[in-house]
Amino acid sequence: MTVTAPAPAPASESVVPPARRKRRYTADQVSAGRVAWRMAAGLVVLLVFILPYTIMFFGSVKTKPEIRSVNPTYFPTEWHWENYITMWSTPETPLPQNLISTIVIAVCATLLVLLVALPAAYYTARFRFPGRMVFLFLVIVTQMLQPAVLTSGLFRQFITLGISDTWLAMILVNAAFNLSFAVWIMHSFFAGVPREVDEAAQIDGAGRVAVLFRINLPLVWPGIVTAIVFTFVACWNEFAASLVILSTAGNQPLSVALTKFVGQYETSWQYVFGVSVVAIIPVVVLFMLIEKRLVGGLTAGSVK
Amino acid sequence: MSSTVETSSTTDGAATSRPVRGAGGTESRPRRGAGTTGKDLLHALPWIGPALILIFGVVLYPAVVMFYNSTRHISLSGLDQGSVGLDNYVAVFSFPYFWPILGRTVVWVVAVVALTVLISLGLAQLLDKAFPGRQLVRLAVIIPWAASVVMTTLVVYYGLEPYFGIINTFLVDLGLVSTPEGYGWTKHADTAFAWSIVVAVFVSLPFTTYTILAGLQTIPAEGLEAAKMDGAGPARTYFGIVLPQLRGALSVAILINIINVFNSLPILKTMTGSIPGYDADTVMTLIFKYIQNQHRIDVASALSVVAFLIVLVIVAVYVRAVKPMKEV
Repeated sequence: MTVTAPAPAPASESVVPPARRKRRYTADQVSAGRVAWRMAAGLVVLLVFILPYTIMFFGSVKTKPEIRSVNPTYFPTEWHWENYITMWSTPETPLPQNLISTIVIAVCATLLVLLVALPAAYYTARFRFPGRMVFLFLVIVTQMLQPAVLTSGLFRQFITLGISDTWLAMILVNAAFNLSFAVWIMHSFFAGVPREVDEAAQIDGAGRVAVLFRINLPLVWPGIVTAIVFTFVACWNEFAASLVILSTAGNQPLSVALTKFVGQYETSWQYVFGVSVVAIIPVVVLFMLIEKRLVGGLTAGSVK
Repeated sequence: MSSTVETSSTTDGAATSRPVRGAGGTESRPRRGAGTTGKDLLHALPWIGPALILIFGVVLYPAVVMFYNSTRHISLSGLDQGSVGLDNYVAVFSFPYFWPILGRTVVWVVAVVALTVLISLGLAQLLDKAFPGRQLVRLAVIIPWAASVVMTTLVVYYGLEPYFGIINTFLVDLGLVSTPEGYGWTKHADTAFAWSIVVAVFVSLPFTTYTILAGLQTIPAEGLEAAKMDGAGPARTYFGIVLPQLRGALSVAILINIINVFNSLPILKTMTGSIPGYDADTVMTLIFKYIQNQHRIDVASALSVVAFLIVLVIVAVYVRAVKPMKEV
């Protein structure tokens, strides 16, 4: 079944577009009433799913007295866009540094994953070697592990190595725990490229690295984009390990920094929400770009 | 596999680390049942080596460190003061709140996963049908998947605040809550925990819905049409034909959700973290209380080992039930 392993579905799609299975709804003539009912249900779903983020957005343009007032209004009475500028100098946590930390950790971890996962995925999809199944099994098992359950071990290890409370530590953690998913996804895409393509190029004298970069990459780029987006979003939102390993306020990513507002005597919720809006928009856009892939059966590893 | 490593690893040195093959590259072609040699492993190392280093160095080695630390006495300042055998495990299991916390963890996982799967089945059914604006609804459903769980939880936490929280105000306006002060949802362990379940379900819905949606699209149309011809109603078609064919998708969704929900920290940490005591804790939040509040890294390691073993059991069930290795 394609759902259980993502291997065949997306890969074959990337090379030879299969005859698109006709959607079922084209077969049955649905009545206008039924369509209206579906639209109504769809509208409810839409509203429920954007509700928290709408509250967030409205809150982000309220003033502090307004957002903390008894009998609050649902909509902002005045739109205070300047919150998006003043929020960066709030005393609770150095937000500009937190933003930089989030970006640096997520970007570097994603690049590291790409650098490490791409050759592994290509080679395991193309060649048989002793230990190949062991390696792929290792990939599947580590894909299921998350930093939270290993945080105490990671924390001690990084102290011993002297890199606790550094970006490097969190780049390594994020890369290591997202590596497996990236290998798995890209492996399935490489496996879908006909081997004859490689062989033809090799007969023409292309080396293995050239075959990978010139012949395979153009064919598997949807898989690579999927892997990059998933890795980036996971690193962007990572919380548990950062909470323990990054103890200096300036090193912490936004996900950890924002929790400091909770339990304050007077929480500046408008700033919490302004920062949240800024942090959420890019990753939501990235995810929406690969929406088709989400349905396409990459489910075996979509661990969030 | 391992025997072939021994026989030929000496015949070819590490010099040929870069795999250079004959024109056809025939001997390296994957062939089922064909013998492989140690030379092949050496050729593979430059390609898979970096991944192995990362997996061993940052996933498996910390697990070993964790196991080791769980048998040591580590001072509050982090100094290793020697072996204590299984004392840390005794400390974990004899903690009076441990068994209630373990029970609550089960409630947490079962409630969140069951509600998530049930709602997702309905959502996927809707999103699989054609209607104008479906694409927009699908995109909206993705948002909690991409958004930081901490941030989604924070907005709910704020919404539940007495007097000024917007969800609380809404409940007051509906007449469900009698005073503007509200119930103090986030001040009581049980209500804060219940709301955490709501948030956890909400953020788990996108992945689950999309997994079921992928499953729905693999169901051949013929069976559905045949059922229709035979005069089967929608309910009968769904339970008789659709649901059985979703078994694969559902087992993936359920097992991955179990692991995610069990490992989940940010929701409970945000919603219930400021409540004193241990009445809203799960195993995962207790681990972080040991690390952060009590600085008992040794006891935290012991509890982490227990949690790690639980996760491994779930992974084993996953590998058996889903058989992800079947295709490779």
